[in-house]
Amino acid sequence: MAQSRRHDIAPLLALLPALLIVVFAYAGTMVWTVCISFTDSRLLPVSDFIGLEQYARLFSDARWILSARNLVTFGLLFVGGSLVIGFLLAAFIDQKVRCEDLLRTVFLYPYAISFIVTGLVWQWMMNPSLGIQASVRGMGWTSFTFDWVVQRDMAIYALVIAGVWQSSGLVMALMLAGLRGVDEDLWKAARIEGIPTWRVYMSIVLPLLRPVVVTSVVLLSVAVVKAYDLVVALTNGGPGNATIVPAKFVMDYLFTRQNIGLATAASSVMFVTVLAALAPWLYQEYFKAHRAGGHA
Amino acid sequence: MRAAASAPVPTGTPVARPRRPIAGRVALYAALAVAALFFITPLYIMTVTSLKSMDEIRQGGIFALPASPSLKAWTAAWSEACTGLKCTGISDGFFNSLRILVPSVALSIVLGAVTGYALSHRRIRGGNVLFAALLLGAFMPYQVFIYPLVRLFSAVGIYGSLAGIVLVHVIFGLPVMTLLFRNYYSSLPVDLFKAARVDGAGFWQIFFYVVLPMSTPALVVAAILQITGIWNDFILGLVFAGRDNLPMTVLLNNVVNSSQGEKLYNVNMAATILTALLPLAVYFLSGRWFVRGIAAGGVKG
Amino acid sequence: MTNSSRPAPSVVVRDLQIRYGGHTAIEDLDLEIRRGEFLVLLGPSGCGKSTLLNAIAGLLDVSGGEISISGKDVTFAEPKDRGIGMVFQSYALYPRMSVAENLSFGLRMNGVPKGEIARRVEKASRMLQLDPLLQRKPAELSGGQRQRVAIGRALVREVDVFLFDEPLSNLDAKLRAELRVEIKRLHQSLGNTMIYVTHDQIEALTLADRIAVMKGGVIQQLAPPIEVYQRPVNRFVAAFIGSPAMSFFDGRLDGDVFVLGQVRIPLSGYAFADGSRDPGAPVTLGVRPEHVSVAGAASGYAFDGRVAVVEPMGADTLLWTELGGQPMSVRVDGERVFEVGQTLRFTFDPARLSVFDAATGERV
Repeated sequence: MAQSRRHDIAPLLALLPALLIVVFAYAGTMVWTVCISFTDSRLLPVSDFIGLEQYARLFSDARWILSARNLVTFGLLFVGGSLVIGFLLAAFIDQKVRCEDLLRTVFLYPYAISFIVTGLVWQWMMNPSLGIQASVRGMGWTSFTFDWVVQRDMAIYALVIAGVWQSSGLVMALMLAGLRGVDEDLWKAARIEGIPTWRVYMSIVLPLLRPVVVTSVVLLSVAVVKAYDLVVALTNGGPGNATIVPAKFVMDYLFTRQNIGLATAASSVMFVTVLAALAPWLYQEYFKAHRAGGHA
Repeated sequence: MRAAASAPVPTGTPVARPRRPIAGRVALYAALAVAALFFITPLYIMTVTSLKSMDEIRQGGIFALPASPSLKAWTAAWSEACTGLKCTGISDGFFNSLRILVPSVALSIVLGAVTGYALSHRRIRGGNVLFAALLLGAFMPYQVFIYPLVRLFSAVGIYGSLAGIVLVHVIFGLPVMTLLFRNYYSSLPVDLFKAARVDGAGFWQIFFYVVLPMSTPALVVAAILQITGIWNDFILGLVFAGRDNLPMTVLLNNVVNSSQGEKLYNVNMAATILTALLPLAVYFLSGRWFVRGIAAGGVKG
Repeated sequence: MTNSSRPAPSVVVRDLQIRYGGHTAIEDLDLEIRRGEFLVLLGPSGCGKSTLLNAIAGLLDVSGGEISISGKDVTFAEPKDRGIGMVFQSYALYPRMSVAENLSFGLRMNGVPKGEIARRVEKASRMLQLDPLLQRKPAELSGGQRQRVAIGRALVREVDVFLFDEPLSNLDAKLRAELRVEIKRLHQSLGNTMIYVTHDQIEALTLADRIAVMKGGVIQQLAPPIEVYQRPVNRFVAAFIGSPAMSFFDGRLDGDVFVLGQVRIPLSGYAFADGSRDPGAPVTLGVRPEHVSVAGAASGYAFDGRVAVVEPMGADTLLWTELGGQPMSVRVDGERVFEVGQTLRFTFDPARLSVFDAATGERV
């Protein structure tokens, strides 16, 4: 056993608040949430253990199944759409265009705006009687329809549009920073070999940007799982239940439908899902590298 | 990524690319113009709608410029708009948000800087575990913590108070703040810390005399992240702030989505712009620092 | 050099062990440094030289063994209590403090009285010609000036032992040469013990009283520069020191004759190391380029070689030829003109050769 030079308590003292937060506000509450999910709690938490009954109830609940399905649909389209648009914008801007700063500012400003504001603006624009649809019809294209917010099977795509509008600037900014980090000699080499620009982007640059892509996917995915504000502001889960998502499902049962047991079962499922998706990435990103490189 | 906050944002010195034919350039600019239109349209519509009268709005033509621009809807949104039965505008929300914002931003940055500094010392046992736990917390949806936190806060008597909402923002701001400062401090040359130790400075002396004076970039990025993040928060304010401290986003949503009476779209849009004003101002004033903040928010150093 | 007759050593390292994780950086290292000695730790990156220096400074927890400085056991002492000053490769100046504040920071932290601080800062800045720079920030200084400030920061501590961690590596060649002289002059006027880490053999040869050549956490050879250069204890040291590098030939011994295929080189005059040696053992012969001459010396071993490559280097020219089918470099006067393909008569003195055991690499 290595003899320690001294027991310095200053750093430990500095970490005490963080430790308390992790123990009580994070770990403690997670455990508590999971515990409640095994009980028959409704308005208030009670301690009668009923095993996995809430989970059985949860997975036979059509609203929950729908919210999970919505999450997958929204998630795939939102992440995919933001990635593609963000990458294209970054690649376009990277072509030595004029007004680069102005374009960047325009593409990124929605990301500074809250999901509530985003949702409300798009709700107004997609208003079927006074919004874009009415305007375009007024200009003579009478068959034009853009009333997704009020269509049960289309409302989820309205969420996707608003979400992509808000977040693709983020991908653009990250990708652009990545593109500017690509070795200039690579471009010179590709030029000498006569490789077309788009091919260079697809076959050489994109693989180099893998870490940026991973980062973008992680950031966007976090937004997907947390998606609540946007739904509340744009559709409030409607029409009917058409755009319910797990976060809203939980909040509804916690604060208005008064079924804490079911709500915590749902949040426990969210917790386990996120944990399973995250653990390998977290390990890879933050700890492997540190293990490898010792302290000099 | 390299050190989050310290990595310079690449400057705009593009490399010589193969020159494209004219047609290609035209297509490129056309695509960029369409994209810019898509991104700018909501801001444009928000603005023109807020300047119109309800009569004009009812005639349709959402893209049309206002016939006689007026700021009436803005004053109405600020001081008269109704949430439920109360019609005092969203100015209350603005001041509530400010009262939440200032202490939350200050405290979360202080705590994040201290925690990040302590964790940047790799010799601390269990530091990695604490850091991992914090990061996990950052990625978890709030729904996992919210209910027990409500119970804890009521037990302590801070549920629905300003102190409660500030504490919640500090709790949920800690992971990103810690990540940001830890990465920034880890990117400082190790020799600097060694030199300070040879000079006889202790943990806190190194922090205050050596590290803190060098922290301006990280502090700016942290402030941008926290100001926009906390101002834009909805769910935490909704749950924890209490009736008297509801932040602007919550009031805005109540104003717009309350079902009573006729919908005043011009007032709604004016209220929406008012709510977006502060983060937009931060965005336009901070320029490239905002991008640094984005990178720092999710990328390791 | 100056006070080597004094018995009490300045820095003593005994049985030092350093591990991190599962990796052992240094195992059972012993080192004794005399008062006033200039010791250079030399080796390739990853050889443990910086680790050893950091351990002496107290910036690294040791896993075992003992370190004492000026007769005091400091194995578990804080860096500031060890009586050391340290200069870093990256200068490590506090960026937001002026030069004067940088110099005085350590003294202020340790509660040295104001008047005393002023006196020491004044003295150090006079020695290093920092007076005009005192109010500047590090960012406003050139690389050389920064490193002088860093040296000054060690100086004001008025301690017995100075530690240098590759202090010149970040400077360009010209500045490096200038500061090298300055450090040497400083050592001569102060007479402190100095421990200096570098991977640059020129710095090591020019500065050191003794060089400790390290590899894999082990000191290979600890000796004055000339001895390390002329009588390297093993093949690693021989290859690491000397530029252009020594040429090696793999052959075997036949009594006192080195056999390389058809070539037989009698090693008359070579000072064999003590101890038994296998007369027929496979060995490696090392020849420094400057120990070979072209048709000059009448004595020694002579052979004819064809010039394969000519590399002019200014003052000298390096010729590449072959001996027994293996490449050999020869350093000759830069003013003489040679042509590729020319056949020359080369001679060298066996007394100046190095012979290593092919299996262990040790000098025989």
